[in-house]
Amino acid sequence: MSVLKVPTMAEMMAQGETPDILFWVGCSGSFDDRAKKITKAVVKILNKCDVKFAVLGTEESCTGDPAKRAGNEFTFQMQAMMNIQVLDGYEVKKIVTACPHCFNTLKNEYPELGGNYEVIHHTQLIQGLINDGKLSIEGGGTYKGKKITFHDPCYLGRANDVYEAPRALIEKLDAELIEMKRCKTNGLCCGAGGAQMFKEAEKGNKEINVERTEDALETSAEIIATGCPFCNTMMTDGVKNFNKENEIQVLDVAELIANAADL
Amino acid sequence: MLAIIVFAVLTIVGFGFFGWNISKVRSNILLGKEVKRNDQKGERWRIMTLVALGQKKMFARPIPALLHLCLYAAFVITQIELIEIIADGLTGNHRMFHDALGGFYTFMVSFIEILSVLAFVATVFFLSRRNLLKLPRLNMKELAGWPKQDANLILIAEIILICFIFMMNGADEVLYSQGKSHLAGEGSLGFSISSLIGPAIFGSVSEHGLHLIERMGWWGHIAMVFGFLNYLPYSKHFHIVLAFPNTWYSNLEKKGKFNNMESVTAEVKLMMDPNADPYAAAPADAAPQRFGAKDVTDLTWKNLLDAYTCTECGRCTSSCPANQTGKLLSPRKIMMDTRDRLVEVGEGIRKNGKDFNDGKSLIGDYISEEEIWACTSCNACVQECPVNIDPLSIIVDLRRYLVMEESKMPSELTGMLTNIENNGAPWQFSPADRLNWKDEA
Ligand code: SF4
Ligand code: SF4
Repeated sequence: MSVLKVPTMAEMMAQGETPDILFWVGCSGSFDDRAKKITKAVVKILNKCDVKFAVLGTEESCTGDPAKRAGNEFTFQMQAMMNIQVLDGYEVKKIVTACPHCFNTLKNEYPELGGNYEVIHHTQLIQGLINDGKLSIEGGGTYKGKKITFHDPCYLGRANDVYEAPRALIEKLDAELIEMKRCKTNGLCCGAGGAQMFKEAEKGNKEINVERTEDALETSAEIIATGCPFCNTMMTDGVKNFNKENEIQVLDVAELIANAADL
Repeated sequence: MLAIIVFAVLTIVGFGFFGWNISKVRSNILLGKEVKRNDQKGERWRIMTLVALGQKKMFARPIPALLHLCLYAAFVITQIELIEIIADGLTGNHRMFHDALGGFYTFMVSFIEILSVLAFVATVFFLSRRNLLKLPRLNMKELAGWPKQDANLILIAEIILICFIFMMNGADEVLYSQGKSHLAGEGSLGFSISSLIGPAIFGSVSEHGLHLIERMGWWGHIAMVFGFLNYLPYSKHFHIVLAFPNTWYSNLEKKGKFNNMESVTAEVKLMMDPNADPYAAAPADAAPQRFGAKDVTDLTWKNLLDAYTCTECGRCTSSCPANQTGKLLSPRKIMMDTRDRLVEVGEGIRKNGKDFNDGKSLIGDYISEEEIWACTSCNACVQECPVNIDPLSIIVDLRRYLVMEESKMPSELTGMLTNIENNGAPWQFSPADRLNWKDEA
């Protein structure tokens, strides 16, 4: 594996350089073993396309999303203001993130606290790179003809009306995109949002991720594509619940692209 | 003359009582907190036209949408006829506009009759869907009792109203053809439906009987209309009025954006400012602020308008992931509880003054903690609602109250919050390790 180039903001500054874009890695992307692979896939794509980017590294901190969804506005705003101080200190203008929760919070909830940035989701960034001819996938790559279904993350889809970018990327793979019966605006949640990721579900008769995995299995796709580290975890657990790990894979769209482009 | 007086009294009482009810509802809604919703007027008119008038979101399910549209069109267009009924009633005339409008009059009444037949079909469909097919979303436990009765009552009233219309027009058709109608002339009135079914049903009735049927239809019609008008503010059917303001005042932000709590911002800024005087007293006139919502008066007026607008259709609940997997949470119930509590608080304040306190609150007495903690904030309910209601923002404000005022939350969340505060991540990882992934294989 080639060595990843992951400059930090501090390093760049020290060299008197300013990156074009900040990659906001997020807590999952930094600490969760599965999500770290997604982070690396994004970095591989950025490196391949020579995107001048940087990360905050140890200066990054939770956006405060789970605190806000859980109802603790104090913790959220403390986090937000600390992050804004750091971001503004580096004069950050544009941010890409691989987590729809970070994306939503940075994009929609930071401006009222004084943090104004152009924030995009990694699928949008990659779509731009492909459209600009910086990245190409020869003949669709490994996934040519494969059946892929896309699970809409609530905080990307309904919350922010981004439905097309991830789908456009799957089409670039020359794969067969099969929609689940509930998709786009009608997509069913994976069960992790609203701070549910961090707690047991309330008493019920089923887990939400199992319900959603059933939708995915019904499509008889070989791959469930997602664009969110939480969705990824939930769907992976759902697939395990049905003992289908050998038949259906759960991968982030960034991983699909990185694999297909042989990165 | 007596008829005119009775009619005039009925009209005044009918509209007067309605006005009185509306002002009560208005004052209840204004118990809510301020929120600004009058920017981007062009966009607001557009949304109202599409969603309320055009019922755009209903068409996600085309068949009920079409039938609902029939019912709605019949309802709205029939009100045009009402203008004539009121004019006739107050002047003692009969079909005042008939001669003046000529062919257009025949067209309008014919159109109303066709819509009435369609509405009849729709009503029968809706009644059987609710009571015979037992559609799950229309038979959940929060609908037991009054809400179910309310729904059926209005459908039955619609059927009765349609019957009155055809009694009125049908009997008049027969009378007219015999030259005995109070409308001068002879032949057929030429209305699309009643010219067919009138003679078929009432053909053999005596003149006296026909006049009786015609008058019963006429008085029945107007009585039903005033009855309906005054029933509205107590019923989920209020949505036919409130759908319009409610969609106009829609949230125009991205659905993922939760509102910023400015009261918190002020305090956080103070906490983070090294130069702030920690002992500075809060301004004396600052009212003690409650964070989040414990009761309906802590919600915004838009939340309260939402509650009155809710049609109890359950589209939100049937799309809710928590509800689908057997959790207690039902966004429709959130709206119904909010409305019920608001009516209670409003009555209490009117009787006992502004400081009314019955020791009850929305969270706890109406909505349980278990319900609100089951929400994934997925926005499916918001997306689905045909009249742009936002149950999620109420859920969030209730959570805020529990967390910030009472420190009550599932224990895992306490841990998650502590982690964020201590090490900047919801899990227990050291911030120093944030970039370790870079060098891991
Ligand atoms: S936002 Fe909450 S209440 Fe609404 S559908 Fe999703 S889980 Fe249910
Ligand atoms: S909130 Fe909207 S979708 Fe839910 S029951 Fe009320 S009207 Fe129907």
